[in-house]
Amino acid sequence: MDPMAEIRETFFQECEEQLGELESGLMRMETGQTDSETVNAVFRAVHSIKGGAGAFGLEDLVHFAHVFETVLDLIRSGRLEPSPEAMRVMLRASDALADLVRAARDGSATDPARIAAIVAELRQLTGEGDAGEAEDDDFADIAFAAVPVTLESEDAPPPPPPGWVIRFKPLADLYAKANEAGLLLRELGRLGPMRVTVDAETLPDLAALDPEGAYLTWTIVLEADCTEDMIRAVFEFVEDDCEIQIERDQPEAREPAPSAAANSGQPSDDEILALLRNAAASVEAPAAPEPVPMPEPESRPQPGIVAVAPPAPPAEPEPVSTVTETPAARNDAAQGVGATIRVDLDRVDRLIDLVGELVINEAMLSQRVFEAGLARASAVMTALDELEQLTREIQDSVMAIRAQPVRSVFQRMPRLVREVATMTGKQVRLLTDGETTEVDKTVIERIVDPLTHMIRNAIDHGLESTEARLAAGKPAEGVVKLTALHRSGRIVIEVEDDGAGINRERVRAKAVEKGLVSPDAQLTDEEIDNLIFMPGFSTASEISDISGRGVGMDVVRRSVQALGGRISIASRPGKGSTFTLSLPLTLAVLDGMVVSVDGHTLIVPLSAIVETLQPRSEQVHTLGVDVRVLAMRGGYIPLVDVGAALGYRDMPVEPEKSVALLVEGEGGVRAVLVVDGIQGQRQVVIKSLEANYRAVPGIAAATVMGDGRVALILDVDAIVSVTRSDNLRVDASRVEPILMSAS
Amino acid sequence: MNEVMTSGSGARELIAFRVGVQEFCVDIMAVREIRGWTAATVLPQSPGYICGVINLRGAVLPIVDFAVRLGLPRSEPTARHVIIVVQIDRQMVGLLVDAVSDILTMNDNAIQPTPDVASDVVKSFVRGLMPVDGRMISLISLDHVLPAVEREAA
Repeated sequence: MDPMAEIRETFFQECEEQLGELESGLMRMETGQTDSETVNAVFRAVHSIKGGAGAFGLEDLVHFAHVFETVLDLIRSGRLEPSPEAMRVMLRASDALADLVRAARDGSATDPARIAAIVAELRQLTGEGDAGEAEDDDFADIAFAAVPVTLESEDAPPPPPPGWVIRFKPLADLYAKANEAGLLLRELGRLGPMRVTVDAETLPDLAALDPEGAYLTWTIVLEADCTEDMIRAVFEFVEDDCEIQIERDQPEAREPAPSAAANSGQPSDDEILALLRNAAASVEAPAAPEPVPMPEPESRPQPGIVAVAPPAPPAEPEPVSTVTETPAARNDAAQGVGATIRVDLDRVDRLIDLVGELVINEAMLSQRVFEAGLARASAVMTALDELEQLTREIQDSVMAIRAQPVRSVFQRMPRLVREVATMTGKQVRLLTDGETTEVDKTVIERIVDPLTHMIRNAIDHGLESTEARLAAGKPAEGVVKLTALHRSGRIVIEVEDDGAGINRERVRAKAVEKGLVSPDAQLTDEEIDNLIFMPGFSTASEISDISGRGVGMDVVRRSVQALGGRISIASRPGKGSTFTLSLPLTLAVLDGMVVSVDGHTLIVPLSAIVETLQPRSEQVHTLGVDVRVLAMRGGYIPLVDVGAALGYRDMPVEPEKSVALLVEGEGGVRAVLVVDGIQGQRQVVIKSLEANYRAVPGIAAATVMGDGRVALILDVDAIVSVTRSDNLRVDASRVEPILMSAS
Repeated sequence: MNEVMTSGSGARELIAFRVGVQEFCVDIMAVREIRGWTAATVLPQSPGYICGVINLRGAVLPIVDFAVRLGLPRSEPTARHVIIVVQIDRQMVGLLVDAVSDILTMNDNAIQPTPDVASDVVKSFVRGLMPVDGRMISLISLDHVLPAVEREAA
């Protein structure tokens, strides 16, 4: 990859993080947390995006971010009240910013009218169209790193505009964080012609010099018609690590300066060199201060060249403002960033593969030693036990590398809620809990769609209209709650709404109308609730295009099951519904039941098994020529002989001499699988068959057992679908309550 | 990949192996390793020449019974049988053969063209014939033997 594309990719990755920060910050502000820390975090997020976008010449993005930033700046300085209306506009703006970032990344197009509308709204917040020339200058400044021009104060236009006196005293922390005073001064120089004087009075003798200390103070007289905020923006990233005073330049105050300026107005040779070096480096990333390690000794001007001028004493010492913010928040953030690294996913997967092999090897070794007939208490066996423990621990730790908090999914939801709420005209509040719950990256990627659908569903179908809510004595604002937690080795995600609950009469009528259940079927409430997961059941025809994008809850359930997960629903009339997703923490391993079929060892995913049973001969009935069903709890469930289905044997075995597994496949279709015996349960590492061969019908994947042999993992859906035919479609067993398998 | 006939007259190394009474060889660059026979797990609904899959250090490796693939009678694998692990494009496949017999260094011009015979098997797999010490060794083109497995499967 060429370096520029790499930097660009990093930029977009960081943008995603900034957008997350932005959104969560705005959400906090919406709930009334308008403290400066939150507002600053939001401002910084937009500012960073703008800066990076400028570096890549993403004009649309820069322009939008700038307008947005202007509004945030007004709020930051207390000149604009973060009213609920303003917050709504800003949340929409953050959505639009996210769209623009993604459009820039993928090269796709955004809706210019929508962006323009939001820009107009933002401008309204700032008072009027103060998006005049000043802004355009600002863009130009960012897009082209116009470094040298402004440094030459001699060539500056003569009319002396009202200037500023800035006293800048970096603290040791500033250097420790790899910032450099010279860079900041250069940045300041872009605002206009300036004269810089250094106060090196506190500089100790070389012997007493702490190389990591900070001793210099600069006084800058800036002849620029700019706002104080523009100056502050220069120091934004270091404001916690320096003392800075910004004052209006009084004519009297400037008087004592010229004598020193003759010398100090000219940067020292060292400074010029440093500036040139840095200028070259900063062309690639003009917005961010270049991290230069240990700048202090280098950038310290030589005492003989730079005249030591006392800081120009302001005639009226009225500091406009002094930054005395606590640096705690910034430090925390910095540490949070420092504690993570970005690693190519392939490397992690390679490591996971290797550890998987290690686990298999360890199991094989144990088995060999066991076969050799060594005593249980022998030193070899003890050492092997330790090895086994160690291996499991390594496996767990490696799996944890791939684990990520569900935050990245949850963060997408507020926007979705806003959109759906606007479309349906409902007032909705989204509460989230357990965002830090971790689960495998692949699982995260694949739950986005089901979760999106469930949230849409909760707002569109779950919550009542505002009028209906008020009539029912509920608050006008509906609440959708999204919760994630770990429960017995799985991740459980709940989507809860406080709406009216499932309208069981309507659901039942609909199911009857669609021929999914017979009109006289006796169904419990729970069974009726679960009808919504059935294929062919969709209420989309009546309701808007929000939930009904051709996707019913059966699709949600199917995608959840494809992940080895389960979905269930609990509904209380008038109180609301709760959808519960239970998913495995990783897709690399699977809990399976080891069964034997005609001398072959097979794994049946535990998530598909509802229960195991021993069929009695009076339960087994033959239907037609070769279809056999099992009478069970008042229903008939088709029997599938796994050995025959896979072609291991021609004639099905007698079910009563075998063991049966009641399984549930895609869409809640049930079948009873007949196998020869159950060997036990174990966690297996999933190996792809496609990598070196191809997909095999009826087989989902493979794994390697403790004896080193390959065992096949059964594709329950495919096996179950063998039994599906029209005469079995209306099957009472399919609406049985969904039992969670004991996993 | 290993298109023998198209390249110049450079010497190439070949691994020769025996299936029944016939001898074959493949380009050594395609061979990843040679290992003893281990029992394979039977794959349901697979072509007859697929013995099944084995565990190759954590990867699932399909095994092709080369004799059956060539239309010869099936060999009942014993511990003396050998699996030649070859790489074809990005896939690894094991070839079950009776024994590896030799490593040959051959000049391309020592390879005789395959005579025009009616057998489809010969036409699709054999790229040339080599006389070696009075024996005849058929040069096998893996590109033509094994992607055919895929095409048939698809």
